[in-house]
Amino acid sequence: MTQSVGITAYGAYLPRLRLDRASIAKAHAWAMPGLRGQGEGERSMADWDEDAITMAVEAARDCLQETDRSSITGAYLASTTLPFADRQNVGVVASALNLGRNIKSMDIAGSMRAGTSGLIAALRGAGQGTTLFAAADARKAKPASTNEFQYGHGAAALMLGSEGIVATFMGSNTVTADFVDHFRGAGEDEDYAWEERWVRDEGYMKIVPETVQGLLDETGVAAGDIDHFIMPCTMGRVASGVAKRLGINDEALRDNLAANVGDTGAAHAILMLAHALEDATPGQKILLVQFGQGADALLFETTDALSSLPARKGVAGAIARGKTETEYMKFLSFQDQVSIDFGMRAEVDNKTALSTEYRKKDMVTGFMGGQCSQCGTVQYPRTLYCVNPNCKAHDSQEPISFADVPAAVMSYTADWLSYSPSPPYYYGQVQFENGGRVLMGFTDVDPEDIAVGTSLKMVFRIKDFDKQRGYRRYFWKAAPAA
Amino acid sequence: MARGIKDKVAIIGMGCSSFGERWDCGAEELMVEAFEEALGDAGIDRSQIEAAWFGTAFDKVHVGGSALPMATTLRLSGIPITRVENMCATGTEALRGAAYAVASGAADIAVAMGVEKLKDTGYGGLPAGSKGTLPDLWVPNGSAPGNFAQLATAYSAKHGISSEDVKQAMAHVSWKSHQNGAKNEKAHLQKAVTMDTILGAPMIAEPLGLFDCCGVSDGSACAILTTPEIAKALGKTDIITIKALQLCLSDGVEASFNSWDGSHFATTRVASKKAYEEAGIKNPREEVSMFEVHDCFSITELVTMEDLYISEEGGAVRDILDGFYDADGGVPCQIDGGLKCFGHPIGASGLRMAYEMYLQLQGKAGERQLKDPRIGMTHNLGGAPHNNVAAVAVIGRMD
Repeated sequence: MTQSVGITAYGAYLPRLRLDRASIAKAHAWAMPGLRGQGEGERSMADWDEDAITMAVEAARDCLQETDRSSITGAYLASTTLPFADRQNVGVVASALNLGRNIKSMDIAGSMRAGTSGLIAALRGAGQGTTLFAAADARKAKPASTNEFQYGHGAAALMLGSEGIVATFMGSNTVTADFVDHFRGAGEDEDYAWEERWVRDEGYMKIVPETVQGLLDETGVAAGDIDHFIMPCTMGRVASGVAKRLGINDEALRDNLAANVGDTGAAHAILMLAHALEDATPGQKILLVQFGQGADALLFETTDALSSLPARKGVAGAIARGKTETEYMKFLSFQDQVSIDFGMRAEVDNKTALSTEYRKKDMVTGFMGGQCSQCGTVQYPRTLYCVNPNCKAHDSQEPISFADVPAAVMSYTADWLSYSPSPPYYYGQVQFENGGRVLMGFTDVDPEDIAVGTSLKMVFRIKDFDKQRGYRRYFWKAAPAA
Repeated sequence: MARGIKDKVAIIGMGCSSFGERWDCGAEELMVEAFEEALGDAGIDRSQIEAAWFGTAFDKVHVGGSALPMATTLRLSGIPITRVENMCATGTEALRGAAYAVASGAADIAVAMGVEKLKDTGYGGLPAGSKGTLPDLWVPNGSAPGNFAQLATAYSAKHGISSEDVKQAMAHVSWKSHQNGAKNEKAHLQKAVTMDTILGAPMIAEPLGLFDCCGVSDGSACAILTTPEIAKALGKTDIITIKALQLCLSDGVEASFNSWDGSHFATTRVASKKAYEEAGIKNPREEVSMFEVHDCFSITELVTMEDLYISEEGGAVRDILDGFYDADGGVPCQIDGGLKCFGHPIGASGLRMAYEMYLQLQGKAGERQLKDPRIGMTHNLGGAPHNNVAAVAVIGRMD
């Protein structure tokens, strides 16, 4: 490599809700009392208004922080649960983040290796400019399956480039083998898996060492010099077995977050990488492995710049904000695995005028309001005449982002009449510190957390599903800032 | 300000259907019921009608668009008919159109008709639907109770009145309307209820419980207007005239600027001030005999009594609890039961309010007749506190 490339920043996102695994076991105890043993800890679960796109946006916001968005030259999204089969999903992420139009962009899917293979491709193309790489997954599992306990929903994001590197990319190796430990047919919602013992013995224990050894040989790094060994695997003691076979120190083995997050699919290796970067010190070697129809292995070495990277919520912050959820039926309903009768109000046709949506893309997806160039008034939505009754200037508004502006509740209600997939529907007037005011839907709300004056932050979420046509539309919602 | 239309337009006939869940009736039966009563009351033939205004808001769940349903149902031949829609203020819009036609001399006799057949949707409450292609992309999917409930939180916060006291006053608003509705045989709800029932009702949109919300009804109302001179020529005595008609719409300031505090209706304040001026009313608390206000929710009535300058700002809770707006109070409000109990067939409601004024002013309100009312005021509101249409009418005896 002529020029070093690597990770220049990282971020993570986990949905706030954490499904208590004992609640899953309890729900299935009538048929499968044996599942009780799996009922320990929690797994992250997407709210009804979260998917791979919204989680990727939030992880990217954590990653980008104050970065000038116009400096981004490429955007990638890796996931096996992309909401659109044909409509570039990362395009929604880029719009929400107000990235420019002149960027490379690509979705990566099709395997648990989407995250790592996508990262390898992005790193190898990251010579010029700054690339945003996000991975997110919100997999469904059959009720009462082991996967239902083990899966989690989450996202992570990395910024890649050649300036300000916090972890230098040392190299990668990939083995491709059509080993079907599990699969999900096109159009299917849930996975089908083969016997774990075979997957362990013939899959992980053979394919991963082969892949990692190839990388170590190529880079000339000794297994014993690895400081952080990242290997997503929900089967007990497999990762430690692989480490032992390769000669990697026990202490290097990273926590796979199984206890309180679960396996976030194609995002998990990237999520664990972000977690490792939170703990790592300069000069450490991080080995990242992802199994899936073969395996990917990537090697990074942290730099001094890691210590000066601005603080972020990261994985630790995302874990800390968790709220335990014990309503298993809510979980099923959010994932459309049970059809609750929400009444006729739920029948409303949510057809989206795609031409309107495109015309107002920056305003709706990018949450860009307007600031009057004559009187300075900030408003949302942006309109042709200034809203200030003493101004009303024509065509005077410059776009201004509302996404990161602190705000507070001006008035609100908990509405039991409107249809919401998670009643009651909280919404109200939101007063922004920049002077703008917007009537908004709320999310991530608990009754005890909301009052007039409560501090709010903005989050990117699904607004409505159009189940008739398979479309969904996104907008910003207000969530308690604390 | 313009000279206005005080005493230029007389109401010579009115009709109002029974409101309620009129399962056996469509919009056509409801319209004819009000129209026949109004024609009989006016003592005219339909061929004398020279223009008409037709108000209906949720056309997609009953009659469909345009004024054709009125023309064909009532067999109004060869005259101009205009359909109007201004959300829940639609009924007053119909009245305004017809009144201006008469006042301008464009028509000698004009009719205002409002109708809504809402109980063909299959569920309670107002129909939900698209808000327009752009609002659908970002405006929350709230309900009417959800929008109005926010008045209560903002009102409590602004005036430092505990939510319990506000809730108590809200309950009294509904209690009073049930008392009044029990004396109205055309009302949707004709049963008095206790304060305990009201306060213990299930929550619809916090802090509004079931009894803080008006129901959704089928119904229609109709007014026949002419000039006072023609009214006299037709042999009418005790003539009732329109003293003022005012309309004020939000211009986006409440929704998108930061000067509004969420606790009141900016539009109602403007419209009522202009109406008092048009009608020549100096001290409304003393001069207006009675009100029919837009009590879609109890909290709406509470803050509206301040916006109409009857209660002082922050004083409505006290006035309500003192019984000032009860049937035997200083200024009776919702003497026919209001939207709360008479019912709320959207397009008809503004005209229904005028109907009660018309009856009261003529001494024809039966068991609920007030003693010698001179001036009545209606207040008809469409939309939500942050974005609405406020329509007021002052109706009185022609002295």
